[in-house]
Amino acid sequence: MRFRRAVLPILTVVAAILALWYAGAVLMNAQWARDQAARAGVEIGFTEIVRDTMSQERPVLPAPHQVAAEFGKTVFGTKITSKRSLVWHGWVTLSATAVGFALGSAAGILLAIGIVHSRAMDLSVMPWAIASQTIPILAIAPMVIVVLSSMGVTGLLPKAIISAWLSFFPVVVGMVKGLRAPDAMQLDQLRTWGASRAQTFWKLRLPASMPYLFASLKVSVAASLVGAIVGELPAGATAGLGARLLSGSYYGQTVMIWAALFGAAVLAAALVGLIAAIERVVLRRMGMAR
Amino acid sequence: MSVIEARNVGLTFATSDGPVHALKDVTLSIGKGEFVSFIGPSGCGKTTFLRAIAALEHPTEGSLTVNGMSPDAARQARAYGYVFQAAGLYPWRTIAGNVRLPLEIMGFSKAEQAERVERVLALVDLEGFGKKFPWQLSGGMQQRASIARALAFDADILLMDEPFGALDEIVRDRLNEELLALWARTGKTIGFVTHSIPEAVYLSTKIVVMSPRPGRITDVIDSPLPRERPLEIRDTPEFIAIAHRVREGLRAGHGYEV
Repeated sequence: MRFRRAVLPILTVVAAILALWYAGAVLMNAQWARDQAARAGVEIGFTEIVRDTMSQERPVLPAPHQVAAEFGKTVFGTKITSKRSLVWHGWVTLSATAVGFALGSAAGILLAIGIVHSRAMDLSVMPWAIASQTIPILAIAPMVIVVLSSMGVTGLLPKAIISAWLSFFPVVVGMVKGLRAPDAMQLDQLRTWGASRAQTFWKLRLPASMPYLFASLKVSVAASLVGAIVGELPAGATAGLGARLLSGSYYGQTVMIWAALFGAAVLAAALVGLIAAIERVVLRRMGMAR
Repeated sequence: MSVIEARNVGLTFATSDGPVHALKDVTLSIGKGEFVSFIGPSGCGKTTFLRAIAALEHPTEGSLTVNGMSPDAARQARAYGYVFQAAGLYPWRTIAGNVRLPLEIMGFSKAEQAERVERVLALVDLEGFGKKFPWQLSGGMQQRASIARALAFDADILLMDEPFGALDEIVRDRLNEELLALWARTGKTIGFVTHSIPEAVYLSTKIVVMSPRPGRITDVIDSPLPRERPLEIRDTPEFIAIAHRVREGLRAGHGYEV
């Protein structure tokens, strides 16, 4: 019942987006159609223009069905071991994302634990963490790749590090908030039992931070994916969704770019959905499900 | 013999607006098995005094001993259980899990934990609720669970800071009755902070009336009421006389208002 009630609004929104998209495709691709006609010395009417804008080879804005066709061909119509397969490229990016996410969240959790327990870290770490996020990742990424490759580290790890660079930050912020969620009364209560800092951490702070942790992990996993894609751009990589975007823009293959973008979007949605599923299971087990 | 002994206790907080005298010249002796209520307007230091007994605050003047020890040593010796205004149960632990928490921290064996949890849950009439989560219980039941938690490690002293302050009158009456029964059964020494006059008079063997700025004791009333107290005792002339004296004490302490 809930599912059926949700379907109609979703379909309405999708339909509206598609309508806008088609309108945009017509408007943006019309110039090319007109130029081509002028070059050939023929007059074309509105219907011909519209028909042409739907099926150009290198449109400014590809029509939805063109992107869908390219997406279907490269996802389902190609062997997944082939370099033409979007699944294969997606897998390359996903593996870097997963490693980066693991590194980033672990670093974020450890930094948050340090910040909450050490006054020195409380005062010193946050400004650096914020500074790290204000530097454009596009500026950092080539340096990371160059430095690491000069040390003989290539392949997945440099991409994972760039991915971790983006993903640790939301976890730090969320976990500091979460670990500090217990109020003065709860902390006093533990003092009356003579609890140690370690006991306070394991029995109270950590469980109390779980809802905050999952909220920030959802932000962080999406950031990890962006980081991994950005990490694929500067090295002129031949594999991964980033490489797909790059070669698409080299050759003006807008349809290919859009298909790769959709691939990234589907991947991000799947990753966030996975975290949400784990969150549900964990919080239900803890008796904290809403 | 006295369990809690305060001599000229003073406690001053340093704040940005200058020092605040939360307690001044508090001298009080609480005997074993007594039920002592602290009553007074907010800012009179009643909670601060209770927290000082629990070593959550430290007096800046005078001497304070609990079971003949410093409050810090008394805590190490598990001399007291503390019940706060809010039940403060962990939502991710069952009722039994919450009651077990201090036992885990203090390092009791698994078998002993289970045995004690069962015993104290029975003591507060919560048998069979061990597997429930806090949100499945009413506010009054949650507060009973928090009392069970404070009793779990067999402290002789129970310190309660407005434990029923957030509950409605009807639930409060029932819990007061149950608390008296619990006190009669266990023989604990109880320190109880409240700002309800009937509650203080109904429960206590000794009522400590306090007043603010600086927090000090203005009257100590030893209740002549018998230990066995049905709720109806609140309509007797003795009860009304004590309540009157408490009210007078509160008014005298205020002086400038009300």
